[in-house]
Amino acid sequence: MSYEINNQQDGVIFDKSHRGRSNPCQAPYAVEMSGTIPATLLRKVPPILPEVSEMQTVRHFTRLSQKNFSIDTHFYPLGSCTMKYNPRACNTLAMLPGFLGYHPLAPVETGQGFMACMYELQEILKEVTGMKEVSLTPMAGAQGEFAGMAMIRAYHDARGDTARCEVICPDAAHGTNPATAVMCGYKVKEIPTKADGDIDIDALKAAIGPQTAGIMLTNPSTVGVFERRITEIAKIVHDAGGLLYYDGANLNAILGKVRPGNMGFDVIHMNLHKTFSTPHGGGGPGAGPVGVSERLIPFLPVPMVGYDGEQYRWLTKKDRPQSIGRLSAFAGNAGVLMRAYIYARLLGREGMPRVAEYSTLNANYIMAELQKKGFDLAFPSRRATHEFIVTLKRQAKTLDVSAMDFAKRLLDYGYHAPTTYFPLLVPECFLIEPTETEDKSTLDGFIDAMGKIKHEAETQAEMVKAAPYTLPLRRLDDVRAARELDIVWRPREQAE
Amino acid sequence: MPFIPHTENDVQQMLASIGVSDIETLFDEIPAELRIRSLDKVPAGLNEMEMSRLMRARASGPQPLCFIGAGAYEHHIPAAIWEIVTRGEFYSAYTPYQAEASQGTLQLIYEYQSMMAHLTGMEASNASLYDGASGLAEAVLMAVRANRQSKSKRILMPATVNPNYCSVAQTIVENQGITLELLDYEVETGCIDVASLPSDPGDVAALVIPQPNFFGVLEDVNALTDWAHTHGMLVIASVNPTSLALLTPPGEWGEHGADIVCGEGQPLGVPLAGGGPYFGFMCCNLKHVRQMPGRIVGRTVDVDGKDGFTLTLQAREQHIRRSKATSNICTNQGLVVTAATIYMTLLGAQGLQRVASVSHHNTQTLCEQLSAIEGVSPVFTSPTFHEFVIKFDGVKAADVLTALTAKGVLGGFNLSDDYPALGEAILVCATETKTAEDLALYCDALAAVMGELKGGAA
Repeated sequence: MSYEINNQQDGVIFDKSHRGRSNPCQAPYAVEMSGTIPATLLRKVPPILPEVSEMQTVRHFTRLSQKNFSIDTHFYPLGSCTMKYNPRACNTLAMLPGFLGYHPLAPVETGQGFMACMYELQEILKEVTGMKEVSLTPMAGAQGEFAGMAMIRAYHDARGDTARCEVICPDAAHGTNPATAVMCGYKVKEIPTKADGDIDIDALKAAIGPQTAGIMLTNPSTVGVFERRITEIAKIVHDAGGLLYYDGANLNAILGKVRPGNMGFDVIHMNLHKTFSTPHGGGGPGAGPVGVSERLIPFLPVPMVGYDGEQYRWLTKKDRPQSIGRLSAFAGNAGVLMRAYIYARLLGREGMPRVAEYSTLNANYIMAELQKKGFDLAFPSRRATHEFIVTLKRQAKTLDVSAMDFAKRLLDYGYHAPTTYFPLLVPECFLIEPTETEDKSTLDGFIDAMGKIKHEAETQAEMVKAAPYTLPLRRLDDVRAARELDIVWRPREQAE
Repeated sequence: MPFIPHTENDVQQMLASIGVSDIETLFDEIPAELRIRSLDKVPAGLNEMEMSRLMRARASGPQPLCFIGAGAYEHHIPAAIWEIVTRGEFYSAYTPYQAEASQGTLQLIYEYQSMMAHLTGMEASNASLYDGASGLAEAVLMAVRANRQSKSKRILMPATVNPNYCSVAQTIVENQGITLELLDYEVETGCIDVASLPSDPGDVAALVIPQPNFFGVLEDVNALTDWAHTHGMLVIASVNPTSLALLTPPGEWGEHGADIVCGEGQPLGVPLAGGGPYFGFMCCNLKHVRQMPGRIVGRTVDVDGKDGFTLTLQAREQHIRRSKATSNICTNQGLVVTAATIYMTLLGAQGLQRVASVSHHNTQTLCEQLSAIEGVSPVFTSPTFHEFVIKFDGVKAADVLTALTAKGVLGGFNLSDDYPALGEAILVCATETKTAEDLALYCDALAAVMGELKGGAA
């Protein structure tokens, strides 16, 4: 972000609009309307869209892009989000014209190369997770979660086991977990996390029963530690007739080291935009494939890719009559899946465990160094996985400088803030995930900045509390945003 | 090591700082019996050159002339769009939770919301949903929440809605006790016959109105909207965004306009790409905005009074409300929306209107030309936008399409599985990308195929 970008006030694209300006080169030639559409169905006034030149367009959006932090420009230690480098080859090769031009309903014989990539990705993800079968169709993590819980429900229903109405979630769970359970018609029962970061097994035993449909877990958990008694938990849940759901948010930490399938999970979703390095794109698109154990195979969402040794084809509800059904108009976020496939092939079997190893090394290194600088760890007795939590409770209490203040000040130092205030059970928390693609000097720069901000908090708290100072804007008025709702630009005569 | 920058020296220094002798020790909290040794079934790694060769081979092959629509449309995509979209600052940015570090993405979403609201004639838009089908499912859930007059969980779903959209909606809403009741269409016209709708439909939360419908046919949206409102239903419009440059925006349907507008955003600058990523758009009026799922960006000011943008109304969302959220949705399709925003900016109202009218014109021309072939006839009498249905006498639609593919033409989408009552029918689309020569090529190919198949049958 240059000084000039920081200080400009560009206005929105509509402010640059001039009546009559257009880009005829990008539009087709005009034709006469034939008059077959009745007048009552025709639009009377054209929509208000910008009237700008191609160059104005390119300049406006290029300048907007320069007002973003991104992985390509900044270190992004955002816990639970796995902001690692998105290899350029994944984008270039996924955007080959043969893939971009492929209509999702075209005959499969005209898209065998595309289908082969999808099929092989299914196979790779099976091996990586230790699950028996994989469907690629969910379009994001939350949709993968939905598919997983819907399969658990379909499984119980198919057995006539319809009294199971509750899903257990740890209090540290990602917000999508309870929201998903409710979307699948379940009530949510929360269980606490112990001081060492593991699940409270006594609380689990007390919560579980014939009403339990399943449990939703993340392992490593959202507090950044590996759930050590997972095998015992799996046995407790299975003995009660429930199933185990694995939220794959933290798969990066264990890639090639340990697999959800071996831990006893029945269904998992993966966030390919995390572990398989597809772009976050400013908030999507993601991809959330699901993998299942033997007993859930019939219920997987369609379509999937089948292969008979000669031809790849789509498997639909005809092939899988018990499937929970479709989740997308076609076959999910194919272009995202393609990028994940390319990434997986570039890593290969030997590259995958290295992802877990170096992301874990980086996290433990930052954790050790921050502890030496006097920061408090939320779970000091534990190893970091690929992420860990610092709690700024002491600073908030004694200096009145909050985790959010630290986060905003970090932006001034050129680092994207770690995840703040999640998980909710650790007060004033920073969830820090460096990923394996960052080098030591970058980590050292971040550690140094954290130390400096801590010193600033101790000596000039008011300055820290008003950060940031060097970005295009300072802190925004969120209350006003919600109270005086301005979510659509209108021309002046309409707005007033 | 691919994508890992550590030198041996770095590793040793880091291990020393942590106080362990090797990286393996960092995994000592994982029970030994759970550890795996290798991922044998994953192929060995390739370098970029090898991978490039593999992918180029897989992306090669003939590129047939495509006349399939059925929910995904081939339009010209101006070169500037994906040049900008794939800039690292958009491509590799995260969800804009830290507003000060994400003004680019946030302002872009605000501009996107503005364009979608103006296109649909509504007051509000969210930052997008996954795709058109799941967007319709979310609209159904929203309608049940938002219709305060109705206690019903019944939704009227015309059989002229894209069948894949109906399946997705069914998958997503069925666990919440919501029922989708199919509303039949009239066989002559290919759309819902307003006169045949019941005078007392009972308590229903919402009516879905597709425009154009799956057959490409234009529904009588004004009468349908008024009928639904008369009976206390909300109206969910499922629309094609390109068509809105020509057709009445849902906000102006009937007396009071539609209540929720959703649809597939792919036609706005997004490549076919085997089915995704696309994006679903959703718009509504301000009185329902707190029931809308997904992210919303608002304009505000910073402490110095400078204009800026931030995520707003977050109290609806899962990361705040958890089990009481309006939806479990966490992402939007940010990067794809970036493409659509640049597309609408480059084309403007006039360019979009040309895309729509040329597509409409090509479709009409092609329908007339194909219908002149012996054994080929149009199925419906109503006006269409940029798709139409034709049927074949005495030959299977599947056989016709297979034979056309062999001649380098993807002739359309086979309707005989989803709509057996139509006979051997296909759905055909011709967008602005098709030239007069392309249309002629299709006609010649179909004439030849009909001759061959009929000849073979005789």
